Amino acid sequence: MSDTRRILIDPLIDNNPVTLQVLGICSALAVTTSLMPALLMCAALTSVTAFSNATISSIRTRIPNSIRIIVQMTIISALVIVVDQLLRAYAFETSKQLSVFVGLIITNCIVMGRAEAFAMKNPVGISFLDGLGNGLGYSAILIVVATLRELFGGGTLLGYRILPLVSDGGWYEANGLLLLPPSAFFIIALLIWAIRSWKPEQVEQADYQIHEVHRTGVL
Amino acid sequence: MAETESRKRSRDSVSNTLIVAFSLSLVCSLLVAGAAVLLKPKQLQNEAEYRQNIILDVAGLAKPGIDPVIAFASIDARMVELSTGNYVDSPAVEGFDPDAAAIDPELGVRITAESDIASIRRRARFAPVYLVRSGDAIEQIILPVYGSGLWSTMYGYLALEADGNTIRGLRFYSHAETPGLGDQVDKPAWRERWRGKRLFDADGDLKVEVIRGAVAEAPAGVVDDSTYQVDGLAGATLTGRGVTNLIRYWVGPQGFGPYLEKIREKAEQTS
Repeated sequence: MSDTRRILIDPLIDNNPVTLQVLGICSALAVTTSLMPALLMCAALTSVTAFSNATISSIRTRIPNSIRIIVQMTIISALVIVVDQLLRAYAFETSKQLSVFVGLIITNCIVMGRAEAFAMKNPVGISFLDGLGNGLGYSAILIVVATLRELFGGGTLLGYRILPLVSDGGWYEANGLLLLPPSAFFIIALLIWAIRSWKPEQVEQADYQIHEVHRTGVL
Repeated sequence: MAETESRKRSRDSVSNTLIVAFSLSLVCSLLVAGAAVLLKPKQLQNEAEYRQNIILDVAGLAKPGIDPVIAFASIDARMVELSTGNYVDSPAVEGFDPDAAAIDPELGVRITAESDIASIRRRARFAPVYLVRSGDAIEQIILPVYGSGLWSTMYGYLALEADGNTIRGLRFYSHAETPGLGDQVDKPAWRERWRGKRLFDADGDLKVEVIRGAVAEAPAGVVDDSTYQVDGLAGATLTGRGVTNLIRYWVGPQGFGPYLEKIREKAEQTS
């Protein structure tokens, strides 16, 4: 029981796919200018990761080793297309903002990584939970980033005005930088810093040390 | 141990590889095709509603608190035969797909190379117009326009005043121009610049143009070159040229020209 729970809870902070493994960063930059598309993206990615893990796990003993990656890709792609079609049918406006990024879930390292690393070796139930947990871990980071960006970049949350802007007679001067992609990098980096200060065991050993170079004076 | 060994071998055999690959493709394609077919009607409905909202927006009728369905019902959608400029009853506006009609041998025509400034090769013989009326009089005419930009075909709506000459608004709803540069065509700041510009000068010559750089605006009431010019988009000269060309095509003699001619004649008679 505690094992099952760990599979679900671990990816939230202790083994977060974004802040510890630094995967799935591309979409984290692209869809976090406001909260609504970020939430939709989270739901899309979480469901794809969970169901692709479950599907791949259920046929893992039948998948020939030589074509296992393409088999995983095919399953993931099919699920992503279904999710994309569903979003276009039921969340049209937001799916227009997400544009290509739903399709790009196919290439999201988190989905592929969990399929290859976990679902190929574990039973269906816990594979599903692992996918769910990793999706939620990704979601947690995206929601934090999107909340900060929308709130301080535009003064709104989910489109509702929270901080009245100077341009509309309020007091808040919107920080335009937060609406540009690099700001997501800064926020994610600050989150990684914060989490690793809190949990120092996440800090990686340096691969090599930089030595001071002593010049001999002759070049 | 020996058993797992043999199971592994049968799993990795050529026949099993082929079976897995084939059945997986079959299942996945059924899943994808099923989703696409089942959700198609809903998606088309969304697309149509989205376009209605764009039409309302370009006409300045999209206001918060007003149900777009009711607002759109007040707009009179008519089909126009482009070559004559007359209203026709068939094909119906509802469900008319200009792209499908353009390649249809009955409904579409090929555009000769020299007149194809919008680079669209073929177009439908018919096109819908959306009329905003106040009482009996036409207040605005909204025309669908499209043509090539730098990378993509840009689709939009052009709203004209009742004189068939003054631009009320221009809005693109579908394009794939360069993000950050060409995609400014659907940004509010640039859309705003079209308001009040004119298509034709007093001699009926087509003058509207997206220029490079900023327009030297004439004082209010004075008609000079700036009346027909719109600021260029920084870093998107070719997209801007595409916009010029597609507007000129669609309001020109190949497009809605004959229709607008009639509108202008009518406007002159009543004034």
